[in-house]
Amino acid sequence: MLPPLFVAIVLRDLKLALRRRIDALLPVAFFVVALSLFPVGVGPEREMLRQIAPGIVWVCALLAAMLSLNQLFAGDYADGSLEQMLLSGESAVLVAAAKAAAHWTITGLPLVIAAPLFGLLFDMEPRALAVLTWTLLLGTPVLSLLGSVGAALTLGLRSAGVLIIVLVLPLSIPALIFGTGAVAAVEGGQSASAHFSILGALLIASALGAPPATAAALRISLE
Amino acid sequence: MLDPPFVSSSHPLSHTAASRLSASALACRRGSRLLFKNLDLDVDAGEIVWVRGQNGSGKTSLLRLIAGLSTPEHGRVLLDGIPVRSAAAHGRGLVYIAHANALKEDLSVSEALEFLLRIHARPCTPAIVQAALERIGLLSRRQALVRTLSQGQRRRVALARLAVDDGAALWLLDEPFDALDIDGIARLNGLLNDQVRRGGSVLLTSHLGVSTATLRPREVDLDAYA
Repeated sequence: MLPPLFVAIVLRDLKLALRRRIDALLPVAFFVVALSLFPVGVGPEREMLRQIAPGIVWVCALLAAMLSLNQLFAGDYADGSLEQMLLSGESAVLVAAAKAAAHWTITGLPLVIAAPLFGLLFDMEPRALAVLTWTLLLGTPVLSLLGSVGAALTLGLRSAGVLIIVLVLPLSIPALIFGTGAVAAVEGGQSASAHFSILGALLIASALGAPPATAAALRISLE
Repeated sequence: MLDPPFVSSSHPLSHTAASRLSASALACRRGSRLLFKNLDLDVDAGEIVWVRGQNGSGKTSLLRLIAGLSTPEHGRVLLDGIPVRSAAAHGRGLVYIAHANALKEDLSVSEALEFLLRIHARPCTPAIVQAALERIGLLSRRQALVRTLSQGQRRRVALARLAVDDGAALWLLDEPFDALDIDGIARLNGLLNDQVRRGGSVLLTSHLGVSTATLRPREVDLDAYA
């Protein structure tokens, strides 16, 4: 069973996202627009598009996830909700995990759903598309979890947006490398299981490590 | 003379019942400025303490220290005899209502109140939420979105939490009378009266005069500890 505090925060964030649909859709809109521009800009050579597709989809997903990070805690911090969550008597780790889970559901999941549709623009094979989607399914939660650490660390600072990118982008490069590597391996006729194992390990490590780090950063930011 | 360890171990409850909140030798630093020092503060059951002081004298900082949101430069805060920042002290009936109302603009009044009650593990059935809103005079606005409310109405929603809290808890209220009209002040005074009558404690800051005739708060002047 999930703890009530976790459920309450996730459900509230989803409800708020539904009431602010335009704001909530910004990352996925950015993702879709950026992906659609590449074939236009690079030119319609199939072989080249097919080759660069996994990298471009992953980079666009990474940047789209970064877009919404500085709003992850900023709203709750400004209106005092974050203080109340931390005073709930439950561990702050739960608050951090709930915020990351809600962030992934609102921004990560739509990217995972949109990726196979827009991968078609790059003439990707169905098998490569399936692998790409699986890597995003494993990789986008990593981005939300790492991003929550960066968002918590920069909470209340001016120019937090730039700092988050500087902090989080380098940490998310392993996910990018193994995410695109899996697709390349499959296209080269090899098995992608090693890449999937590493992505899974990254997900487990960040799921265990990021919420406590976020919780500690939140406590410091609220001092 | 008394042997403190022996006395406290033989009557562990008598001490905690006597004073819900006990802060000793508190000092608070904000940046390079020491806001106050050597502050000893006890709040007993059934007592209202009114923290006074000039702007910037550290009233809000004091409340945040006591809520356990920040750590004191010096000294310690005990809630029922337990350090407030230790996990055991949490969920011991502390209600902190900050200057910010902690309401989301896009939630309705009853949703916002329900969320606040839910995260603090208080009962939050629709009937309880309605009763609390009625008590604070906002029942007719319960479906309205928070962003359509005035400042005073928002304050009332935040304070409606107090109407649900019927245990003898410690309330920490930061400028609770802010933005309230005469009716709102009367309703809040009613809540404070009930709290005192059932043996609860209140620590509040206010730059308005707390109605001293009915509530009889004990005053603590922070400027004396600067």
